[in-house]
Amino acid sequence: MSAQDTDQDSSNDRSDEIVQTQYVDLFQPPHLLTFASGETLGPVRVAYETYGVLNKDASNAIFICHALTGDAHAAGVHSTSDRKPGWWDGFIGPGKGIDTNKYFVICANVLGGCQGTTGPGCVNPVTGSRFCLNFPFLTVRDVVTVHSELVRHLGIKQLLAVVGGSLGGMQVLEWAILFPDQLKAAVVLASAPKLSAQGIAFNAVGRRAIYADPGFANGDYYDSEGPRYGLALARMVAHITYLSEDSIELKFGRRLQDSDRFAYSMQKETEFQIESYLHYQGKRFVQRFDANSYLYLTRMMDYFDLSEGFPSLEAALAQTKARFLVASYDTDWLFPTSQSRELVSALLHVRRHVSFIELRCPFGHDSFLIDIDPLAALVSPFLERTFESTSP
Amino acid sequence: MPDPSIQLTDELIMHHIDRNSRVIDLGCGDGRLMQRLHDEMGCEVMGVEVEQSNIVAIIQRGLPAIAADLNEGLVDIPNDSFDFAVLSQTLQQVRNPKRLLLEMLRVARRALVVVPNFGHWRVRMEVLRRGRTPITQALPYEWYETPNVHFMSMRDFRDLMDGIGLRIVKESPIIKGRSVDQLWGSNLRADSAFYLLERDPGKG
Repeated sequence: MSAQDTDQDSSNDRSDEIVQTQYVDLFQPPHLLTFASGETLGPVRVAYETYGVLNKDASNAIFICHALTGDAHAAGVHSTSDRKPGWWDGFIGPGKGIDTNKYFVICANVLGGCQGTTGPGCVNPVTGSRFCLNFPFLTVRDVVTVHSELVRHLGIKQLLAVVGGSLGGMQVLEWAILFPDQLKAAVVLASAPKLSAQGIAFNAVGRRAIYADPGFANGDYYDSEGPRYGLALARMVAHITYLSEDSIELKFGRRLQDSDRFAYSMQKETEFQIESYLHYQGKRFVQRFDANSYLYLTRMMDYFDLSEGFPSLEAALAQTKARFLVASYDTDWLFPTSQSRELVSALLHVRRHVSFIELRCPFGHDSFLIDIDPLAALVSPFLERTFESTSP
Repeated sequence: MPDPSIQLTDELIMHHIDRNSRVIDLGCGDGRLMQRLHDEMGCEVMGVEVEQSNIVAIIQRGLPAIAADLNEGLVDIPNDSFDFAVLSQTLQQVRNPKRLLLEMLRVARRALVVVPNFGHWRVRMEVLRRGRTPITQALPYEWYETPNVHFMSMRDFRDLMDGIGLRIVKESPIIKGRSVDQLWGSNLRADSAFYLLERDPGKG
């Protein structure tokens, strides 16, 4: 989920930061992945990237969980001519907040996604045709189960930390209660122990836009253009929720796109700069994202409630063994601070080591992707102390 | 700059805290006292601070802290989650000291509080002689820039404890940087005072 679309100029020489996306097939039959819904699937292909070097006792690994529409390419560049580095490149790299000179960092595309990991757009090996809406119903638990298996596959018994923002933070929380021995520390940014009703409401509008597009064809659209308009509309709505009133005002105000004067024409759909920007975001999103994945992943987010299956949130968090760092942003109205506080309060209730701060930043929910310095100032020492406390 | 009076207050507080207990330090600054409680006494500590730079400093110590404004109470902290709650030289700066004291004894079994004594004779003299808001060594601020929003004496403090059903387990006047168990005319002579408080089962 990023509203940041200024193409960053990669520095002149990043040849030592060239990474390739790697692929691995996990859950080979007969060891199928069992979803929370009870459905099974295998093999599952996982797209992932790694940065830095795993140390001898495999104690310096950090897993990055991406948000709704992210991918495995969190940092570095794919080639020297690559103009756009990974989505969290400012945060992950040599000498950065998550220092790849020190740590071995892993990021994988989520199950059900469309950027290399098995999802609804992939061919079902059993039927020989694409899954479309026959892909198993997806939950955050299933996503984390696949991440966790990848970590085992890489020969890592215990991660130093799992880090994620937004939907990524939900994965961190789920991981901490599902596989408590697999992580020493959990970093939860701009996230929540459950999606708010307001969040569900916006997701519902996005899905409705896709369903209502005649190109949707009940999800079986891969031989045609697909629900381009619906998906673009879904992104436009969602994109607004990642911004804040202040950031929209700052960036666009009421400025017009092409002229100083109103056109007084109903033919002109992008009179204001903010309109033009949202249209552009929608259009670009359609080029890189699959509508079926969008349906599955937003629904997965709606369903997420950490306390599900437990008598309370506290009881769920009583499963955890990690130390926590929780941060929210004062202008984030999609994952408001109150939700982080609820999480922190429940963690204190079960007497976990937890630090919490509300950071001030005008960029709304997207702040965790944009305002890297204050984040690095918090996360870097948190990781360092955790690393020291465990290494001899 | 190491401040001897801070040193003394820290020692005084540590003296009344049990080893290996759970301690919440309210307005903990950069976590100096938390570190000592953790390292020297094996306590499980937790800090509450409003300043972001202090939160970072505490995380740098490897200790946990949450950002909160004490003026808004301790709503996120569950009942009885700590053995001790510490509030050093801060009570006079919060908007609602009575509520905060009750909050401290909601989240912890015992509260340790250090407060300045505005009943000190120098303070009284300043008011009487100059007819102005007192400025002393212990209260070095002009009225328009002081962080202190409440001015209480030891007597006032005792009255409040009585009124809200909190029991003073121990009172130690602090005079010229030393704490004393008994002090004749303490309300006139003490610069500040240390209190160990708990809920009074008979009242409260």
